[in-house]
Amino acid sequence: MTQQQPRINTSPKVSDEVRKTTCYMCACRCGINVHMKDGKVAYIEGNRDHPVNKGVLCAKGSAGIMQVNAPSRLRAPLKRVGPRGSGQFEEISWDEALEMATGWLEPIRNEAPEKLAFFTGRDQSQSFTSFWAQNFGTPNYAAHGGFCSVNMAAAGIYTMGGAFWEFGQPDWDHTKLFMIFGVAEDHDSNPIKMGIGKIKARGAKVIGVNPIRSGYNAVADDWVGITPGTDGLFILALVHELLRAGKIDLDYLARYTNAPVLVNRDSKSPEYGLFLRDDDGKPLVVDRNTGKLTAFDTPGVKPDLHATHRHAGITHRPVMHLLASRYLDKKYAPDTVADQCGIKPEKIKAIAAEIARVAFEEEIVLEREWTDFRGEKHSVMKGRPVSFHSMRGISAHSNGFQTCRALHVLQILLGSVEVPGGFRFKPPYPKPVSAHPTPHCKVTPDMPLDGPHLGFVRGPEDLALKDDGTPIRIDKAFTWENPMSSHGMMHMVISNAHAGDPYKIDTLFMYMANMSWNSSMNTSGVIEMLTDKDEDGEYKIPHIIYSDAYSSEMVAYADLILPDTTYLERHDCISLLDRPICEADAAADAIRWPVIEPDRDVRGFQTVLVQLANKMKLPGFTNEDGSAKFEDYADYITNHERKPGIGPLAGWRLGKNGLTHGRGAPNGSQIQSYIANGGFFVKHIPQEASYMKPWNMDYQNWAVEMGIFDSPQPYVFDLYVETMRHFQLAAEGHGEHQPPDHLRERIKSTMDPLPIWYPPIEDTHVDLEEYPVHALTQRPMAMYHSWGSQNAWLRQIHGHNPLYLPTKLWEMHSFGEGDWARVSSVHGEITIPVAHMAALNENTVWTWNAIGKRKGAWALKEDAPEATKGFLLNHLIHELLPPKGDGLRWSNSDPITGQAAWFDLRVKIEKVDAPAESQPEMPPIQSPVGTGPDELTWKVGQ
Amino acid sequence: MTALPEHTQKKLGLVIDLDTCVGCHACVISCKGWNTENYGAPLSDQDPYGEPSGTFLNRVHSYEVQPEEGAAQLIHFPKSCLHCEDAPCVTVCPTGASYKRVEDGIVLVNESDCIGCGLCAWACPYGARELDQAEGVMKKCTLCVDRIYNENLPEEDREPACVRTCPAGARHFGDLGDPDSDVSQLVAERGGMDLMPEQGTKPVNKYLPPRPKDQMDQIDVLAPFLEPVAEETKGFLGWLDKTLEKL
Repeated sequence: MTQQQPRINTSPKVSDEVRKTTCYMCACRCGINVHMKDGKVAYIEGNRDHPVNKGVLCAKGSAGIMQVNAPSRLRAPLKRVGPRGSGQFEEISWDEALEMATGWLEPIRNEAPEKLAFFTGRDQSQSFTSFWAQNFGTPNYAAHGGFCSVNMAAAGIYTMGGAFWEFGQPDWDHTKLFMIFGVAEDHDSNPIKMGIGKIKARGAKVIGVNPIRSGYNAVADDWVGITPGTDGLFILALVHELLRAGKIDLDYLARYTNAPVLVNRDSKSPEYGLFLRDDDGKPLVVDRNTGKLTAFDTPGVKPDLHATHRHAGITHRPVMHLLASRYLDKKYAPDTVADQCGIKPEKIKAIAAEIARVAFEEEIVLEREWTDFRGEKHSVMKGRPVSFHSMRGISAHSNGFQTCRALHVLQILLGSVEVPGGFRFKPPYPKPVSAHPTPHCKVTPDMPLDGPHLGFVRGPEDLALKDDGTPIRIDKAFTWENPMSSHGMMHMVISNAHAGDPYKIDTLFMYMANMSWNSSMNTSGVIEMLTDKDEDGEYKIPHIIYSDAYSSEMVAYADLILPDTTYLERHDCISLLDRPICEADAAADAIRWPVIEPDRDVRGFQTVLVQLANKMKLPGFTNEDGSAKFEDYADYITNHERKPGIGPLAGWRLGKNGLTHGRGAPNGSQIQSYIANGGFFVKHIPQEASYMKPWNMDYQNWAVEMGIFDSPQPYVFDLYVETMRHFQLAAEGHGEHQPPDHLRERIKSTMDPLPIWYPPIEDTHVDLEEYPVHALTQRPMAMYHSWGSQNAWLRQIHGHNPLYLPTKLWEMHSFGEGDWARVSSVHGEITIPVAHMAALNENTVWTWNAIGKRKGAWALKEDAPEATKGFLLNHLIHELLPPKGDGLRWSNSDPITGQAAWFDLRVKIEKVDAPAESQPEMPPIQSPVGTGPDELTWKVGQ
Repeated sequence: MTALPEHTQKKLGLVIDLDTCVGCHACVISCKGWNTENYGAPLSDQDPYGEPSGTFLNRVHSYEVQPEEGAAQLIHFPKSCLHCEDAPCVTVCPTGASYKRVEDGIVLVNESDCIGCGLCAWACPYGARELDQAEGVMKKCTLCVDRIYNENLPEEDREPACVRTCPAGARHFGDLGDPDSDVSQLVAERGGMDLMPEQGTKPVNKYLPPRPKDQMDQIDVLAPFLEPVAEETKGFLGWLDKTLEKL
């Protein structure tokens, strides 16, 4: 046949229009170009100008089109007509829905606001939802941080004024060694992939520490297949090696940390372990120039890391001494910890040597002048190009807070935080504890709460306790059981409300939180709690209101459903007051706007909250004349001021001489300005302010100008966290705020002001001979933080989730392809399909989280693999640890922050005959939206 | 039987970096999105909310490698049409629907001539073609022929959707027939490889192999461990004092 090429059109029209907004397929918040044809979404790609993703987009982002056309989308408000859990609803009008909601909420507010528990899950509008809850007056508000990664966030704030991800990032352009701990394939999504790409293109090295070698760990040059829950021990062994070799940055430690601060070392003193302070309360150091006691921030001081000081008969030693004597101890030596960590001692030593080599022999110097907070001028910015990133893997253990602290301390000892090549903060961070609020919980009927719910305790006096010592909050956050629970404890709300402990509530109001499925420990137990009735035949949790865009498993357990829009049909703001999207070199915020109008009777949840607030005339939402301040969420975004001149969005505010950024009056056209700019605002940090931010006065002054702070907030890093010592002192019997006796020993042993490692608490409650195997979950990259796996394209990538077994266990139990196993914990058992994976810690099994779906949910058919072979490990995990004979039930969480200890799980495995479906098999729920179509041939522009 | 051109003016193709691909499937879905909306029939999905099976032009597979010594490794392996120089899928086509373009070497299917016989998919040793069940025509990677020359797109966007979206920068696009092109240089630098060269298909796409892994497990090749300055606190504090004096 002769060559006859068809003529094809290589320049077809791509779209009628491109609308630029912000993705919400996960928590990453990338900029997207939504290509429109005939008023419909035709194609979604990344926005090249956007500070987060710079044009790239992950699988979830590109699959957004399938989220908008998902058959699982709710259509109208729903009122439950069958028993809870049946899925029987009738559609009602919004007027009726809002009337029903305020019918429950108004009496609560007038009589006992704490009887509303308002918890928002994957909420990206927490500064708004918390403002609503504060004005309602309930103390019971939080989002999902308590069961996600509060250990990382709180440890970072308490140690250095910020943590990873939203708080900061590696200096991708300069780092020469990048070490990643406990990061599955997520948090955050595109920036880490872009960063790894940059590092690899330069030939720099990546070390992955994770029991599972998938995703980022698969491309790491070196893999450390650590035993789950031992990261802290491994990190402290690295600290041991570095200290022993003197490979720490003494100049950095003396200038920018509390290593030189003097600590009371008299064990009989009521101030044992506290800092020596001057009359202004400033921590004191010895000045190496003069040998005299001096406030740490005095101009010209040269803080001494070595000298001790005797004062009023009491010896005071610098933190550096305490640190050295703690970590030089042989118990942190690589040879001691190797077996427990599952890492050869030579490898630990080799990694320590490599870190030291890169930090101290490959120093980076940027020729940029800067002035520190003591007034000293520096001619260069000196960097140690070792950087770290870490997330849930080390966080979601009962020793997670101290482990995260250890990692932050390691970076600081190297002098690699906020320096070129190291870890860099993103505005509004760095932000020390002193610039954060304390928790607020004073309830007055018919009045707002006395301040923001969540915050950072400074000592026992800040706990959320009544005079009789009982918890004020339904989740028991900020109590002696978990004093530093800065993100609340959403995972305890339902069990506490069901038990009426510490009190009964009337209404549970939740948003985007799948608590009757993958977002709860003990899923079957939670379902029972949600449907359990008291002697009068009434539900123990009397009213449940739930908002979601989709027919998730939780919908069936609510009495009233407020259907949300998708992210392409709504206004949102990604605010500097909230969870920012800034870069290390820039402050940035963004909006979402309705690039399409919903084709059904749904409303954006935040607008519904405004409407509820208006009906109840909540104070912050009501003018003095009784009229409503805001019509909807867009109106709030534009016109709300948190304090004069500071609103949800920093860009295009009104200044005295026209448009300005940062501080300024509300601008009625602000959202239009954002749309015209591609949906975001970005303000770059001047070069001389871009590193050394906590101490750099150019940065501090820039932050004040931008409205991030009202005055400069320079500070030094807290290697030693004095707040924790205050709690220990209380447990030792000092002070007026005293813990209950049964908690004293635990507080003394866990709240150490210098990082420690202790075994995951479940290990001390279960028989490790019987349950020898660690069990973990990860979210896949193509689904991390995305709301549901019903997406027609994404579920073709991850529609199955076998339990992956390492070679040792695979062979020990003679498993073969297609086999099934019974997996049991001390709490429950599941029977599920297994698969072999060699690149895995030899005592660890794992699966993809939240693939398993309940029959009837998400508009999936009953034969969907997610519903027949998919499964949740949640059935094996309880919110309480098994009894250990002391008459108490200890919570399965970190004793410091209350973070849910998902990854402490221990199991045993047996080979069994394959059942027809994964066990436990939950009965189907009736779908309020039916099921999806039999075929998709999606083409908008036909 | 359909003839291949004797010579193509360019050899456009992809270079995929297996050292950097994190296996995120971003390329898979951006490809699905673009090619559903653009060239030819949409990429359909059967039983999309039950037991789904759909048409994809690009899929990412993961393979484990267990070396004799040391830890197992996981390689993410994106796979799409390799636009072979000796493309058996073209020569096997009974209608001339499958063809290789003279100007750039892209292998395409002219859907109006495709009878859905499936011979080309059978002939392709890479499994890179998928018969769309709804339309009954063969679908394959077009190298986004409707993007790379598209004057309605900004110049910087005239590259395949999978390349534009790849977050890790593991995908590169260019003329592999030009030894001076960026992609050819990259292939030369990194030892880029053909997939299954023994098949004789002369694929245009190249794969960059993963760099050697787990060097730290080979302790003897490493620099020496850290020299201690002290073993105990007292000695450390002495070292500290001396060192501070020098600062």
